Amino acid sequence: MSIDDTRTGAAPAPTGPLSRVDYSERIPNNVNLAGDRRLQRALEGWQPKFLEWWKQLGPALPTKDVYLRTAIAVGRDGWAHFAHVPMDEYRWGIFLAERDPDRKVNFGKHKGEPAWQEVPGEHRADLMRLIVIQGDTEPASVEQQRVLGHTAPSIYDLRNLFQVNVEEGRHLWAMVYLLHAYFGREGREEAEQLLKRNSGDLDAPRILGAFNEATTDWLQFFMFTYFTDRDGKYQLGTLKESAFDPLARTCEFMLKEEAHHMFVGTTGVQRTLERTAELMKEHDTADILPHGGIPLDIIQKYLNFQFSVSMDLFGSEQSTNAGNYYTSGLKGRWMETRRKDDHVLLDATRELRYVEDGQIKTKTVPMLSALNLDLRDEYVADCANGVRRWNQALEDAGLSERLYLPHEGFNRKVGVYAGHHVTPQGEVVDEDAWNARAAEWLPTPEDREKVASLMIPEYEYGKFAGWIAPPKTGINDQPVEFDYVHLADEGLL
Amino acid sequence: MERALTVTFATSPDRYRHWTLHVDGAVATVTLRVDEHGGLVPGYELKMNSYDLGVDIELYDIVQRLRFEHPEVKAVVLTGGLERMFCAGANIRMLAQSTHAWKVNFCKFTNETRNGIEDATEHSGQTWIAALNGTAAGGGYELALACDQIVLVDDGSSAVSLPEVPLLGVLPGTGGLTRVVDKRHVRKDRADLFATKAEGFRGRTAVEWGLVDAAVPRHSFDDEVARRAGEAVAASTRPSDAKGVVLTPLERKDEADAITYPYLSARIDRANRLVEITVSGPADAPPADPAAQGAEYWPLAVTRALDDLILHLRTNELELGIWVLRAVGDPERVLAYDAQLREQAGDWFVNEVRHYYKRTLKRLDVTSRSLIAVIDPGTAFAGLLAELALAADRQYMLEGVYEDRDADAAPATLLLTPSNDGDYPMGNGLSRLESRFWGNDGDLAAVRARLGEPLDAAAAQELGLVTLALDDIDFEEELRIVLEERASLSPDALTGMEANHRFAGPETLETKIFGRLTAWQNWIFIRPNASGPDGALRRYGTGRKGDYDVERV
Repeated sequence: MSIDDTRTGAAPAPTGPLSRVDYSERIPNNVNLAGDRRLQRALEGWQPKFLEWWKQLGPALPTKDVYLRTAIAVGRDGWAHFAHVPMDEYRWGIFLAERDPDRKVNFGKHKGEPAWQEVPGEHRADLMRLIVIQGDTEPASVEQQRVLGHTAPSIYDLRNLFQVNVEEGRHLWAMVYLLHAYFGREGREEAEQLLKRNSGDLDAPRILGAFNEATTDWLQFFMFTYFTDRDGKYQLGTLKESAFDPLARTCEFMLKEEAHHMFVGTTGVQRTLERTAELMKEHDTADILPHGGIPLDIIQKYLNFQFSVSMDLFGSEQSTNAGNYYTSGLKGRWMETRRKDDHVLLDATRELRYVEDGQIKTKTVPMLSALNLDLRDEYVADCANGVRRWNQALEDAGLSERLYLPHEGFNRKVGVYAGHHVTPQGEVVDEDAWNARAAEWLPTPEDREKVASLMIPEYEYGKFAGWIAPPKTGINDQPVEFDYVHLADEGLL
Repeated sequence: MERALTVTFATSPDRYRHWTLHVDGAVATVTLRVDEHGGLVPGYELKMNSYDLGVDIELYDIVQRLRFEHPEVKAVVLTGGLERMFCAGANIRMLAQSTHAWKVNFCKFTNETRNGIEDATEHSGQTWIAALNGTAAGGGYELALACDQIVLVDDGSSAVSLPEVPLLGVLPGTGGLTRVVDKRHVRKDRADLFATKAEGFRGRTAVEWGLVDAAVPRHSFDDEVARRAGEAVAASTRPSDAKGVVLTPLERKDEADAITYPYLSARIDRANRLVEITVSGPADAPPADPAAQGAEYWPLAVTRALDDLILHLRTNELELGIWVLRAVGDPERVLAYDAQLREQAGDWFVNEVRHYYKRTLKRLDVTSRSLIAVIDPGTAFAGLLAELALAADRQYMLEGVYEDRDADAAPATLLLTPSNDGDYPMGNGLSRLESRFWGNDGDLAAVRARLGEPLDAAAAQELGLVTLALDDIDFEEELRIVLEERASLSPDALTGMEANHRFAGPETLETKIFGRLTAWQNWIFIRPNASGPDGALRRYGTGRKGDYDVERV
């Protein structure tokens, strides 16, 4: 990779304290890989399998190179280094946030003790499980999104897709590092399984349901990066609090990259809406499909779907495991250290909504048993912010229509609402009523076909497909029409 | 948990809430899909295909009906109706809120049902195959272990596991530890790894270690299960053309202190904490075609009633610590049935009746009640019914007659047949005579020499078949004192003592499960590390793990 390219743009020179990345090694890292021969050999053994997986299930559209952000250090600015890179030469590395030698466990029964630098035997199985589940989601989304390049609405969006993909790949690396470094042979076996399970594979599906759903089109991709990656953000946020310091530091660094994925989702939906609003105004109709835009009701249905399957990712509202993880110090709450309570929660309670006799009721439950719900509530509040922002675009266009988040019980397969039917407005209905109206709330195959009919690739620099508005600015202060991606066959065009 | 309800063991397919039974020719498919809200008592939800006693009562009913009502079924596929979770085992919240007695009864019953599944495979030509379409954890895997073969879906996620030790601080007490090493021959160090690794093992490793027989990808899963079922069908000796015998609802009359079935009655004496159980012999000679008589066939009717009564008393009448066993009727008629059961043992239905009676006697053997047999005039303790007397902890026999009451009655005799010497073996693999005379071959030979001969009290005592033979001057008073003394002893000590005495001789899988595994489990259940306020079992679900007293005992 050339780092003196004049077009590397405005990435600032690293200023804060940073760990130098060992680029002389095959696997860039700030964990002194060179000093650990056993670990190095293990990871080097895994790397070819990872590359094989990337070639088979990574992005399907052939490219020469892509303007990508690469982490070269973890200091204040060094993690965002931009350059054109052939994707299979992308340097998936291992970076942990800087270690705080005085870090303490901040919650649970070990509160106040020094953070763990090694895995305690007592928590080995649980920690490994948490890392495997997190790790399983990272490559899953790459697999789900692999064909999207063929229908990219612009070179700019294509670049963003690939950036998301390589970073999911790096996050997989991060989890694999932990498995290899701290969990011995079993960890290595689990690391291999992460590549053997594949999204939507009948024989070896990914662990969590939402990661086996096909990503059919770019609207869904944006919804996915908004809602489902946001679940990832919140999960990472809880692991960032872990008493197991290497996990905490890994996740802290991953969260920085995750912000980009959120950005892709937020702006992707927003730009889609802007174009939709524009066409609605222009033609004075909601039925803008004939005019090349995605109708608002279909956007709402996509939102409903992705929000509800992402809600399922938080698991059951009442969870013994979540409580155990908390008490044991493995997984904290969102913004744990900013919370004003005892961080032990033995006596704390909260309200839980559930369905009984066809009605949504509330009961008080021990807080420790409801930590999944605690996290999910934080997530929902965050999601609501995004929806407000999107609605601003509708308001700015002078339209009265608005998007909304469906009720938390809508279309749920996991937890207290599973087995019940709840409308987006929060009304409990019977199966017949649900079946009669489900097509109003969730994307039908016809809706997906309609959206797919608009998904025509636009590979000309600076041009955008008709269903989406251009962004206000480009990436890393480059112009919107920048050559973010060089396609493999562009010489033939 | 307060025992607020009386548990009923009778059910039928139209009432199942948790299982479906689908019969397709020679292959039956039994599918577990637990109704989360169908718990037997309030206070827990049966998530993830976890089970409680109610779920297991239905399974027991299925096992029984498959054997009697479906002679054509030669292979049984046991599978789950949820995605990615076959069965999560016994519901932990249920266990955590249950009394010790409830847990113990629950485990005993589930153990018996799993033994019954193995019995069907071994003796009935009805091979059970576990088709694990998702993870089988704890009791879920133990259920699979009771099957002849285990096929696990190989999807990179589904595992078999015994997480009780690491997660709950108790044992996989439904045969898990025992079957892993004794039945599946998993090496002890691997068994140790397996039982301490909460998430268990998947695909290839599970096969390599012998935890399952095959791990196959989802796309070929059904084919593999069908192939194995087909092989089992081909190897079965069960008839294809026989007509099943319907297990019609039991006739049972419940009164305040009495329960009556057509050939069985129980009279409850709460003041003395005992129940007098009386089996009645047949009214007629045996029919030429037992299967044609169906559920009315006397040995089957007696067995079903006895089975139901044992379960009822065991679960619902915890304070009735002494069961006094009697048999009344014409011993000759009993012997006629006794002979028929032996002569027609090759008939599928008679075979089923024999094994059902065997299993019911085994249920009696592992019952934690003092069993006292009384043999007095009018007794029908002969052949198969004499097994009840031999199963008892003590046998009291009246020498002569009750002079004041019925001076003309014929004195009681005890009559043994091959039924007592191998037809209905105990869990230790021995007949009740072999167990009784374990290590005393001369005594056993002496009894064997007199099979088929009516033995009066003196002869029975001489041969060591009864504890005490007394004439009517002493008999009733002696019996009263014996029963009162028994009632005064520690129920716990009696349970332990009886269980030790009943199973002389070698260990088998069954005796290990009911002795070693269950005894350890029951000890662990009451230890603070499991059920104390900070114990792992009690804390489960609170978000906190157990705090252990680290002292090894």
